[in-house]
Amino acid sequence: MQIAIASGKGGTGKTTLSVNLATLLSQQISENTTILLADMDVEEPNSGLFLKGELLHSEVKYRMVADWDEKKCTFCERCANICEFNAIAYLGISVMVFPELCHSCYACSDLCPEDALPMIPRRMGELKEYKLTDRLFFMESRLDIGVEQATPLIEQSRKHIKKSNAENMIVIIDAPPGTSCPVIEAVKDADIVLLVTEPTPFGLHDLTLAVDTMQELKKNIAVVINKYGIGNREVEKYCADKQIPVIGKIPNLKEAAMMYSKGEILVDSIPEIRTEIDNIYQNIIKLTKPKQ
Amino acid sequence: MKEIVVLSGKGGTGKTSITASFAALGAKQMVLADCDVDAADMHLLTAPEAILAEDFYSGKEALIKTEGCVHCYKCIKACHFDAISVINGDFVVDPMECEGCSYCFHVCPTRTIEMNSRLAGKFYVSKTRFGNTLVHARLGIAADNSGKLVTKVREEAKKIAAEQHSEYILVDASPGIGCPVVASLTGAHFVVLVTEPTVSGIHDLERVYEVIEKLKIKTGCIINKVDINREMANKTKDFLKEKGIPLLGELPYDHQFTKAITIGKTVVEYDDGVIKALIESSWKKVKELVDKI
Repeated sequence: MQIAIASGKGGTGKTTLSVNLATLLSQQISENTTILLADMDVEEPNSGLFLKGELLHSEVKYRMVADWDEKKCTFCERCANICEFNAIAYLGISVMVFPELCHSCYACSDLCPEDALPMIPRRMGELKEYKLTDRLFFMESRLDIGVEQATPLIEQSRKHIKKSNAENMIVIIDAPPGTSCPVIEAVKDADIVLLVTEPTPFGLHDLTLAVDTMQELKKNIAVVINKYGIGNREVEKYCADKQIPVIGKIPNLKEAAMMYSKGEILVDSIPEIRTEIDNIYQNIIKLTKPKQ
Repeated sequence: MKEIVVLSGKGGTGKTSITASFAALGAKQMVLADCDVDAADMHLLTAPEAILAEDFYSGKEALIKTEGCVHCYKCIKACHFDAISVINGDFVVDPMECEGCSYCFHVCPTRTIEMNSRLAGKFYVSKTRFGNTLVHARLGIAADNSGKLVTKVREEAKKIAAEQHSEYILVDASPGIGCPVVASLTGAHFVVLVTEPTVSGIHDLERVYEVIEKLKIKTGCIINKVDINREMANKTKDFLKEKGIPLLGELPYDHQFTKAITIGKTVVEYDDGVIKALIESSWKKVKELVDKI
């Protein structure tokens, strides 16, 4: 099973829910099951600040970009005319490729009559896997500073999980914020997407955008309200109206904010939050059960 | 005319609340630009009246016409995004997967594929209840090209600021360090970082500052919710000192922020005590530093 944790607005508690749900499940799930928490917020990965473990595996991730081979080029200008992303500039006596703008489509490379634009690997970040306990594993992908395109790294990370996804594994995805390509890529394989929000007008507004996006993707969704108690009841009204299940309300506690600020896990010390997160998991099971 | 970008790395640090407060304090001097096009919230606090709303087209998407297709599979072999599949015998493009690269268009022997421009969102110019102009946008559902929409918002804001002889453009940027953030920053005069004293806050601040450093933009920082964790707040200050980033202000963790948002107001309109004074002092510092550039 794969559970993605997303939100339109940043800072609503995606990472808090991800790390605490993963920790709780690893403590109470049946013996032959393992939990993998995967941090796919590659621009600002934070889950690893809360989880310390033994490094099992690390690999540099690359994507293929076009490169100019001066010796073969006959300056026909075809590549610059083909590229839809302004990644190739034809300067008469030379050709410039801007790798950050290249979308790795291979069109220029394959269609060059002289084979003068080979595709070469370009580093975009690093993927690391850790073991925390016999039952809890953590994976993090981290975009290099200066690399602008996050989606290709998320795509490779998603495929990495797919390849290693064992039968009895529950995968929890900590997704990036927003509603555009990075989050869409991160939730692709998810059986259910939990949208974490806060009960404020900002939270509600960004939730509606996230709901529209997930419905467009035909995803099974549920809402978790974090910092419950602040703001107003409009998020609950909206969810009732749209018939979106609200499967958890995590109370707004100063103690929780304090512990979060230090990078500590909440489910081990705050019983109220442990109960609510357990409740969220029971609801996930109900919502992902195949319909008879 | 100076462009000031409010940025945070991590989401939820109070970026929009602080930007909107600056806007309330200095409305007459500025044009506002909401560049968090993925999840734009500025309009919730500024109650804008639309002056202009237009569709934003960016990039392309392939469409395979059924008539003329000879089922040669060349397009499927060419596409590196697995966007083309055969459904009930027809070759069909999934617009969600299509990158708009036109590779299939170039290899189709019967010219059955057309490349159409893609509707990527909506773009607005509005008048806020403070009387100034807000340029904002809404990225289309599941649309790509947020960086290009950010650039469009900034360009329009610049044009309007020039016409109105505004002193500042105040930009609310998106979280993260990727394409929309870089698009918000490139060529700006000053960055106001908004952070919080948590492990995540510091981690994300350090990463986003590396991006700013590469672009060589002058920067100041506001620590929000400073009393959540004094030790982390001190660590944040050590980092600012090490990098020579001036501290523009320290704001307490206070429910006034949420209460103000809940009734659609900025915190400086809602609170007339300590918080208002602190934000006023931060805005004054920002202006002093920006005016020196």
